[in-house]
Amino acid sequence: MKLITHNMLTSKCLKGVITGYPLAITATVVKVSEVEYNPEFISRIIPKLDWEVLWKAADSIGHNEGLPPTIDPKFEDNEEFLRKAHKVLLEVEVEEGYLTCPESGRQFPITKGIPNMLLTEAEVQ
Amino acid sequence: MWRRYLLWFAHEHIDFRHAEMQSIISMLDIPVKYIEEPSMKKPYWIVELPTEDHLKKIANRSVLLKSCIELWSHAKTESELHENLKQAVKNTSGKWLTTQDLGVVGSNSQICPSEQIEACCDLKKSFKVDVETFCKHFTMKEKVHKIENFSYLPLKGPVKLKNPDIILSYFEFYGVDPNNVPDKPYDVFFGRWVTDGQRDLIQHHSLKRRHFIGNTSMDAQLSLIMANQAQITSGHIVLDPFVGSGSLLVAAGHFGAHVWGSDIDFMMLHGRTRPTRVGQKVRASEESIRGNMKQYSIDSRYLDVVISDFSLPMWREGLKFDAIVTDPPYGVREPAEKIGIEKENYTLSEEHQINHIPSKVEYGLPHIYSDLLNFAARHLEMGRRLVCWYPLVREEYKEDELPCHPCLRLVGNSEQVLSKLTARRLLTYEKVHDNVPNIPVDPNSAAHNFREKYFSIGEISRKERKERKAAEIVANAAFIALAHNKKNNLHDK
Repeated sequence: MKLITHNMLTSKCLKGVITGYPLAITATVVKVSEVEYNPEFISRIIPKLDWEVLWKAADSIGHNEGLPPTIDPKFEDNEEFLRKAHKVLLEVEVEEGYLTCPESGRQFPITKGIPNMLLTEAEVQ
Repeated sequence: MWRRYLLWFAHEHIDFRHAEMQSIISMLDIPVKYIEEPSMKKPYWIVELPTEDHLKKIANRSVLLKSCIELWSHAKTESELHENLKQAVKNTSGKWLTTQDLGVVGSNSQICPSEQIEACCDLKKSFKVDVETFCKHFTMKEKVHKIENFSYLPLKGPVKLKNPDIILSYFEFYGVDPNNVPDKPYDVFFGRWVTDGQRDLIQHHSLKRRHFIGNTSMDAQLSLIMANQAQITSGHIVLDPFVGSGSLLVAAGHFGAHVWGSDIDFMMLHGRTRPTRVGQKVRASEESIRGNMKQYSIDSRYLDVVISDFSLPMWREGLKFDAIVTDPPYGVREPAEKIGIEKENYTLSEEHQINHIPSKVEYGLPHIYSDLLNFAARHLEMGRRLVCWYPLVREEYKEDELPCHPCLRLVGNSEQVLSKLTARRLLTYEKVHDNVPNIPVDPNSAAHNFREKYFSIGEISRKERKERKAAEIVANAAFIALAHNKKNNLHDK
């Protein structure tokens, strides 16, 4: 699971949970792989992100990669900033671990890089 | 410089041609003048475009487009075609003229400007002439004879069959009915070949060579058509909420989108379902959606796949996708399910929580489509598109009973026939309004139970077939007995 995905996931599928965001990450295996740098895509995605959540998530798994805690107001022209954002968003991946709902404490496992957000039949009744 | 072009299409998925082309033309914002009203009965369009570059951009996307010709002459008969070309050499007006403009009485042909031909007359420019015929086959000798008829053209360069500078194309159209081919063609065309469509991509993306496929993987051509209709382009974020083996993500990724997928099937996303290929016993370790993206060198645009139940919300409020492309389960070749249980007050003890596989209940088609349209209305960028398949029984099809939502406008609706009785339609919706509340499941759509009808129709025809066969056997037996009796009677006499 990439951190860009984490930035968009919630646990509001759970009964009684209102926002279910952000999910806390507990990572046992983190992988960093090289992904082709695409500044156009990074610039487009930045306004869609919750930056604070991204920074905290990256920091919590020890991969903030020197990313500033706030968005550079002129980020489109700041290549160093875009490259760091690229790395955190697309190259850092949680391979094994789990996500925790901030309201209910329900855990969702991540195995082989794929988060499992399924509930049990008891939880959907 | 506006020029007239002949766009020649593949004679396949004809009902999709208009929708695919319109999507591409509006996505690229290209002004098109239709010289002849496009018709399903003809495998070609005649259009005018501002530049050749515009044509190349269209051809760079379309998978239903075969080739594009700068038109020099179009006529109903061969002799008229040659006559027009001879006139064209003298047409120095710089625009298309009719024969009436030129003072020829009694005919009404269109004559192209001579500069189009002159541009190919350079001494150094090598050329060749191709002959293509639609719905009729000719031998090489006959084709050469047809080519020789063009010897009056003032082409000065050398003939070169391999990689010439200029390819001239001569087309003969004998209609679309192979059982009723006329002696003479209905239409003949001549012009300069400009570019080809993306037919090669279908082979390149073929499921035959795809690492990871499932029972219901979408074929390469239809996936690419869907990506075109969703107007997917570089930098887009695309979601398939019923991702399966990820065929639609491959096509979306090919056109430059970054892709997310989700599916309820844990085994599928982990590449652990039973192999679909004949003779394959176990799945290879690299079989996954990511592996497929890697196969086509587009894995840099793979975001993630998530195991989730589409009937429940998961994505953050306010997240907007540039396109949603999907093929929901019809409940025939794959189950249409969501998490649930029929039992009331079901509880799960703690010791069973780990690695628990939840039970599932039916997720009926009306519910799937109402969830899908509500989701699209909420999570699409304004003006962006949802492209999805919709199965139905052909004789029950009514356009006004298709799934609808006040925020979404139906802009494409093409039929792919699956069997004598069933079909699926590729529906394309464009988001036209924001902020509309959730619409409850359409009560009429409860009548739409494709799975039940699919199997009950099959049941009827199976039953009929059995009864017919039984009747035939009885009739045969009676006939044989009768013949036998007659024979015996003759012997007796």
